[in-house]
Amino acid sequence: MCETCGCGLTGVESHAHQRLAPVHRHEHENLMVLTRLLAHNDEAARHNRSHLDEHGVLAINIMSAPGSGKTSLLEATVQRLRQQYRICVIEGDLATDNDARRIRAQGVPAVQINTGNACHLDASMVHRALHEIRLADVDLLFIENVGNLVCPASFDLGQHRNVVLLSVTEGDDKPEKYPVMFRAADLVLIAKTDLLAHITEFSIERAERSLRSIASAAPAMGVSCRSGQGIDAWCEWLQAEHHALSQRRPTSELSRPHHDEQPTQIEAEAR
Amino acid sequence: MHELSICQAIVAEVERIARQHEAAAVSSITLRIGPLSGVETVQLEQAYPLAVAGTVLAGARLVIDSVPVRVRCRVCRQETAAAPNRMVCARCGDWRTELVSGDELLLASVELDRAGAPLQ
Repeated sequence: MCETCGCGLTGVESHAHQRLAPVHRHEHENLMVLTRLLAHNDEAARHNRSHLDEHGVLAINIMSAPGSGKTSLLEATVQRLRQQYRICVIEGDLATDNDARRIRAQGVPAVQINTGNACHLDASMVHRALHEIRLADVDLLFIENVGNLVCPASFDLGQHRNVVLLSVTEGDDKPEKYPVMFRAADLVLIAKTDLLAHITEFSIERAERSLRSIASAAPAMGVSCRSGQGIDAWCEWLQAEHHALSQRRPTSELSRPHHDEQPTQIEAEAR
Repeated sequence: MHELSICQAIVAEVERIARQHEAAAVSSITLRIGPLSGVETVQLEQAYPLAVAGTVLAGARLVIDSVPVRVRCRVCRQETAAAPNRMVCARCGDWRTELVSGDELLLASVELDRAGAPLQ
């Protein structure tokens, strides 16, 4: 190791130090940075959020494993709320626009994002989709993320709230298995509760306990698009969130998923 | 498998830093990653050589500092060690804890190689 600057280089001719000189040249410079690796995405997400706030649009990011019933939930929600709110949906899928077509069939606009092989939506994809939407004509924006319980949790899109679906066919210990995803949730919807009679292994109580064991305070709510069970309570949650957002306007205090509101010490330093 | 996206974000950020400091190359970078960041360090290490080929980071060593999960209890105020899938207070058992560390996803430092810069 070089005894002058401790840089680890030995025997390199160009690695010259002028002894006792007031300034000596370092070949290597170790720079403390402390930047969030997703700083670029975070910046795009902030931009999206400020657009949404400016127009009073409540944005809900819906995440789950593939096949948990995100699109069915949105169909039921649109049917229930389209008289009261102007609704728009951004659909994220690897391929096809099947989900966007299902939403449009309910009489509301939908923008399809095809991610190709990407396993999650990111803020710039959502930004491009927002350009296809007249935000002044929207009250509620749902972003249906790519079906995946891992990657989408790491990318802020600019949404105000995260809703995670857990269908009863998936097992009630999912929160402990996917702690990053479930800790990001502001609300957990236990979906397909009409199947509970057949799937006796699933206990809503155990699912809630699993959620608490990862220190999540998110309420868990059962819903069934088939029977309509819980859809009223879910819509009331949305109405309360929309009301809260409209009360916050036009202050500059932006609403974010709870998860992002409390940075850890190191993160706080980095921001 | 979003580790490749993370690597691309690293490349973009380090290239910016290298340009800003007029460095010809980078000899190492240090990341600080907690298990609750959602990033798997093994997969990140596998994706890294592919993502950095042909960039300023080609040949640069990747150092990952793992950050442990720690929580502070909102009830008894004790700070304790925790695991990603068990975040209750290790002292009183209450689930109402707040995260102290463990979800970091940071570029901590960059070692710039200034070889070739003119002597002063």
